[in-house]
Amino acid sequence: MTVTAEDLRGQVERFLAAHDTTDRMEFLRARFDAGLAWVHFPEGLGGQGAPRALQPGVDAAFAAAGAPDNDPRRNVIGLGMAAPTILAFGTPEQKQRYLRPLWTGEEVWCQLFSEPGAGSDLAALATRAVRDGDDWIVTGQKVWTSGAHHAQWAILVTRTDPDVPKHQGMTYFLCDMTAPGVEVRPLRQITGEAEFNEVFLTEVRIPDSLRIGAVGEGWKVAQTTLMNERVAIGGSAVPREGGLIGLVAKTWRERPELRTPELRDRLVQHWVESEALRLAGSRLRQQLTAGAPGPEGSAMKVAFSELNQQLTGLEIELLGEEGLGYDDWTFRRSEVVDFTSREPGYRYLRAKGNSIEGGTSEVLRNIIAERVLGLPSEPRVDKDVAWKDLPR
Amino acid sequence: MTSTELPTPDLLYSEVEEDLRSSVRDLLTDRAAPAALLARVETAEPYDLKLWKTLAADLGAAGLMVPEELGGHGATAREAAVVLEELGRSVAPVPFLGSAVLATTALLGADSADPVIGELLPRLAGGELTGALAVPLTTAPGAEFPATVTVNADGTLSGRVGTVVDASVAELLVVPATGPDGPGLYAVEAASATVTELVSLDLTRRVADVVLENAPARRFTSGGQAVAALDNALTTAAGLLASEQTGLTDWALTTTVTYLKGRYQFGRPVGGFQSLKHRLANLYTDLVNARATARYAADALAGGFDVPIAVAVAQARAAPIAVHAVEEAIQLHGGIGMTWEHPAHLYLKRAKSDELAFGTPGRHRARLADLVDLPA
Ligand SMILES: Cc1cc2nc3c(=O)[nH]c(=O)nc-3n(C[C@H](O)[C@H](O)[C@H](O)COP(=O)(O)OP(=O)(O)OC[C@H]3O[C@@H](n4cnc5c(N)ncnc54)[C@H](O)[C@@H]3O)c2cc1C
Repeated sequence: MTVTAEDLRGQVERFLAAHDTTDRMEFLRARFDAGLAWVHFPEGLGGQGAPRALQPGVDAAFAAAGAPDNDPRRNVIGLGMAAPTILAFGTPEQKQRYLRPLWTGEEVWCQLFSEPGAGSDLAALATRAVRDGDDWIVTGQKVWTSGAHHAQWAILVTRTDPDVPKHQGMTYFLCDMTAPGVEVRPLRQITGEAEFNEVFLTEVRIPDSLRIGAVGEGWKVAQTTLMNERVAIGGSAVPREGGLIGLVAKTWRERPELRTPELRDRLVQHWVESEALRLAGSRLRQQLTAGAPGPEGSAMKVAFSELNQQLTGLEIELLGEEGLGYDDWTFRRSEVVDFTSREPGYRYLRAKGNSIEGGTSEVLRNIIAERVLGLPSEPRVDKDVAWKDLPR
Repeated sequence: MTSTELPTPDLLYSEVEEDLRSSVRDLLTDRAAPAALLARVETAEPYDLKLWKTLAADLGAAGLMVPEELGGHGATAREAAVVLEELGRSVAPVPFLGSAVLATTALLGADSADPVIGELLPRLAGGELTGALAVPLTTAPGAEFPATVTVNADGTLSGRVGTVVDASVAELLVVPATGPDGPGLYAVEAASATVTELVSLDLTRRVADVVLENAPARRFTSGGQAVAALDNALTTAAGLLASEQTGLTDWALTTTVTYLKGRYQFGRPVGGFQSLKHRLANLYTDLVNARATARYAADALAGGFDVPIAVAVAQARAAPIAVHAVEEAIQLHGGIGMTWEHPAHLYLKRAKSDELAFGTPGRHRARLADLVDLPA
C-alpha cells in the first residue's frame, strides 16, 4: 500500500509531539530514523518508499512547526547528487554508513568530477586511480569543485584504464576530503568570492570499500549523478513568486518611481515564464514519483538558467543608479550560494554560472536534441579510440 | 523625415583615425594588460593616473574635441570615438569618459570668451586637469535640468549628487545647479566638495557620491545656454559610449573565437561545433550593427546633423549588443569565464554599467519613438 499525503501529515504531527527540538542534531537523526527525511527513500535509509512528490509537503509541515531543518543549501551536492547515487549503486554497508550523516548535514559533500581538460567532456578526465592491494592510489587535478573547502566527503570519478575508449575506463569512488594527499585551493569567482576550488589529489589512498559500482563502470554511475544534478539545480519546489521573480516583483510594487511601460512588459513576460517553469517543475516531480529523472530535467535546467539570467539583468536595469553599485567585493570563501540575501549585482553575476555548472546549456541542448528528439549526433572522433590516444 | 534629406555620413575610419587607434592600442597593450588591471582594481589606486597622463597629454586624447585656440587638437567626436573603442577593448581604468567627454563637452557648450572657460578648458584639453560632470551616470539626454544642487545667496553651492562617474579622481567638478536666476553650470574645485567613491559594479570605472556644502563655485554659463550645454554633454557622451560598447563587443568576439579554436572537448576544438559557430557568427553580425550605429553617432555628432536620432539608435542597439556579447563570452569560456582571474568579468561589469549609463536601451527606444513619430 502506498503512503499518502494524509498518512504523512499524521506521522509528522505525531513525530513533532514526541520529539523536542532542543538538540537539533538529535532531532534530525530521529527524523531520519522515522523515515521522514526523504520519504521516497527505502525504509531504514531515511524514507518509506513513498511517492517523491510528497516530500515538499513533509518539509513544509516541519517548517510550519518551526522545527530545525538540515539546511539543505549547505549540502546541495550531498543531497542532490551523492545521495541518489549511493542509493542506486552503493553497497548496503555504504548506504548505512553515509546516508544518515549526509542528510543531517553532519557530513557535507562535494563533487570531484571536472578537470582542467575535462569539463563538458567529462569522460575525457585524466585523474588516475591505480590498484594497490586493497586500496587505490589516486593522483590528478580537479577544478571548479564547489564547496570543497567545507566538505568532508566527495564523489569522485577517476580513470582506471587508459587503454580502452574513454567511457569504459572510468571508476567511481567516495573520497575522504581529509585524507593525506588531498589539497584544496580556493578559486575566486566573478562575484569576488571563492565558492569553488581547485583540488589536487596526490597519491591519495582510497580503500576499495569506497568504490561505487564496478571497476570500469564509473561512467554509468556518473550518469545517475549528473541526471540528478540537473534536477537538483533547476527543479526544486517553489511557491508562486517564490524564486527570483518574487524579489523583482516586490521591488516593482514598492517603487513606482522606477516603472516604465517597457520594463513592465518584460517583467510580466518573466512572471509568466517563472510561473510556467514552476508548473513544469511540479509536473516533472509528479513524473518522478516512480523512477529516475528523465531528460526533462535538462530542459528545466536550461530554462531556469536563462530565466535567472534575464531576470537578474532586468533587475539591475530597473534599479538604475542603484544598479551601478555592488555590495561587497571582499575575497572570502562562501558557505552557501544564496541568491536572495545578497544584492542584485551579486545575483546578476552569480546567475551567469547557472548555465555552466552542472552541464552547460549547450551540452544539455545536445542531450535534448539527441536523446529526446532522436536527432542524429555530431560526428564523433573519440568513439573507438583508446583514451590515451585522444586528440587534446 | 525622409532619408534623402540627410547628408551622406562617413561611416569608415580615416587614416588619421587609424593612426590614432594604433597608438592608443599600443599604449594600452603595453600598460593595461589584463593581469595588471586585475591586480590594480583592488588596490588603493584603482585608477591608473600615470597611464591617464600619457593618454591624455602625450597622445593628446583629452583635447581631441577641443578647438586649437582653446588648447585642444581641433579634432571631432569621430576621433574621440576611436579612443573610446580602444578603451572598450581594454577597460583600462582611466577617466576619459568623465573628463575628456563629459566635463570637457559641458565647458565647450559655454561661451568661449568666459574667463573660466579660458582658464580651465586648455588645462583639461592638455591633460593637466581632470574633470567630472556632477550628474548621476544614469542621466539620459533630454532629462530635465537637475534640481539637486542649489545656489546659495552668497554664490556657493549646496546639494548632493549620486553616482558621478570618475569623480573620485577629478580635480574639477562641473556642477549643474539652480539658483534664484535659473539654471547654471558651475566650476567647483573637487577639494571643496566631499567625494565618496561607492562600491561600483564596474571595477574599472567608478562612480562616487558628491556632496557640496557651501562650496565656492564659479558660474560659466547660465539660462538656456547652460541647459543646452548640459544636454549636449549628455548627448555626446551617450553617442560616444556606443563606440566603447563596440569595443567591448569586439573584444568579446575576438577573445572567444581565439579560445574556442584552441579548447578541445570531445576530441575536437569546441569552436568546430556548428551550434557554437553560429553563435559566434551571430555575434559578428551584432558587431557589424553596433559598429555602424556607433560610427553614425560619432559622425552625426561631428557634423551636427540628425544627432538625437543617431544617438538614440546607437544606444538602443550597441548597448544591449555589448552586454550580450560579453555574456556570450563568459558562457562560451565555460568555467574559466566565471573566474576572477579571467578578465571577462571586468568587461561584463563595464558592459552592464554602460547599459545603464545615459539611459537604458528601453529609454532610448522610447525617446526614439517620439523622435520618429511612432506614438504609443
Ligand atoms: C559555479 C560553478 C560551479 C561548479 N561546480 C562544480 C563542482 O562542484 N564539481 C565539478 O565537478 N564541476 C563543477 N563545475 C564545473 C562545470 O561542470 C564545468 O564548468 C562545465 O561542465 C563546463 O566545462 P568547462 O568549464 O570545461 O567548459 P568547456 O567544456 O571547455 O566548454 C566551453 C564552451 O564550449 C561549449 N561546448 C562544449 N562542448 C560542446 C558541444 N559538444 N557542443 C556545443 N557546445 C559545446 C560549452 O557549452 C561552453 O560554452 C562548476 C562550474 C561552475 C561555473
